[in-house]
Amino acid sequence: MKKIEVLGPGCANCRRLEANARQAVAMAAVDAEIVKVEDYRSIIAYGVMSTPALVIDGKVMSAGRIPSPGDIAEWLFA
Amino acid sequence: MTALSLARGRRPSLPMIVTVSVIAWLIAWFAETPLADWLSYEVLGLERGSHLGGAVDFFLADVPKVLLLLLGIVTVVTLIRSYFPPERVRAALVGRGTLAGSAASAAFGIVTPFCSCSAVPLFIGFVEAGIPLGVTFAFLISSPMVNEVALVLLWGLFGPEIALVYVAAGLTVAITGGLAIGALHLERYVEPYVWELQGRGGQMTEVRLTWSDRITDAWRYTVDLVHRITPYLLIGIGIGALIHGYAPTELVAAIGGRSNPFAVPLVVLIAIPLYSNAAGTIPIVQALLGKGMPLGTTLAFMMAITAISLPEFIILRRVIKPQLIAIFATVVTIGILCIGYLFNAIIP
Repeated sequence: MKKIEVLGPGCANCRRLEANARQAVAMAAVDAEIVKVEDYRSIIAYGVMSTPALVIDGKVMSAGRIPSPGDIAEWLFA
Repeated sequence: MTALSLARGRRPSLPMIVTVSVIAWLIAWFAETPLADWLSYEVLGLERGSHLGGAVDFFLADVPKVLLLLLGIVTVVTLIRSYFPPERVRAALVGRGTLAGSAASAAFGIVTPFCSCSAVPLFIGFVEAGIPLGVTFAFLISSPMVNEVALVLLWGLFGPEIALVYVAAGLTVAITGGLAIGALHLERYVEPYVWELQGRGGQMTEVRLTWSDRITDAWRYTVDLVHRITPYLLIGIGIGALIHGYAPTELVAAIGGRSNPFAVPLVVLIAIPLYSNAAGTIPIVQALLGKGMPLGTTLAFMMAITAISLPEFIILRRVIKPQLIAIFATVVTIGILCIGYLFNAIIP
């Protein structure tokens, strides 16, 4: 089971990243849980200053950009 | 993996897409002004020099011009920006003094991606790394003020001189604002939890990006931005066209001209509710400048639109106390007023 975290205060870009992550999970057909992290203290603890950011199993995969569902799906396989 | 590859489909190669787009952009750029003239005066048969002809020609020439500039320049700027993530900027600012730090921080503000929703993590990240408050604010002032949409519109509609003057004035306000906030020692107005984080985060995460990532990101960002601001742009250029064709020069001069000593604060006040809507307002400002509004007043208006942003002030409340937000807003406003009066005084 993969853990996907979407880091961001909940702006439009964060919602888009979350939607892409959901689509990626469906595309890759893997078992994954998507969690939203909105607390600034937790966001900064990941060493991220530009939101939205995507964390998979504790590793920051992207920050300050919105990767496509295809990109995220590839990360889920890795 | 095969299902995934199939889902992504076959695509033409990236260099080919880039080459074709650049050629198409250049053709459109050189064809658009003669095309607008031809449409207004030959196809629609409007009279040259008439009110209606002037307004229609202004609209038809400006809309494609600004859209082309936005598509082209925002893509390039976004691409350049991908090399200056805030994590890297922060590393470059750590350990600098207030003056050098504010100058560097204001300059980085031009190229670093910024949106009001990442102002808070950015603020915490800067303070946590021990960057002085003044240096942090220099960045927070310059980043939204000297933004790519304002630059594109200024360059395209006013020409390179005014665009560069705007950048220089914006940097000056940001640096002096940063120095002023630094000198006031306002650390007590930062929420205590921010200080508790200091020195705990340490290492920033930086994710490697490929060329293809950067180009697709830049293009996606640009399309999204153009999509979002086009309605405002059309309304702005429409109003600009009406002013260009119909507004009497005397009226503009009476309200925004030199004879009105309160013109600068008046336009700053008008600009506050227009926050960050450079796309809708700069075409109007262009028409006003054409009708005789002085340059200082024009600059003050545009800077107030981009830099005095209520949503940003509200979101910063999560990390700083209302007193500091008020001081921040006051410092920026005073800076903008000074720029307005200064340019009105030195440029005849």
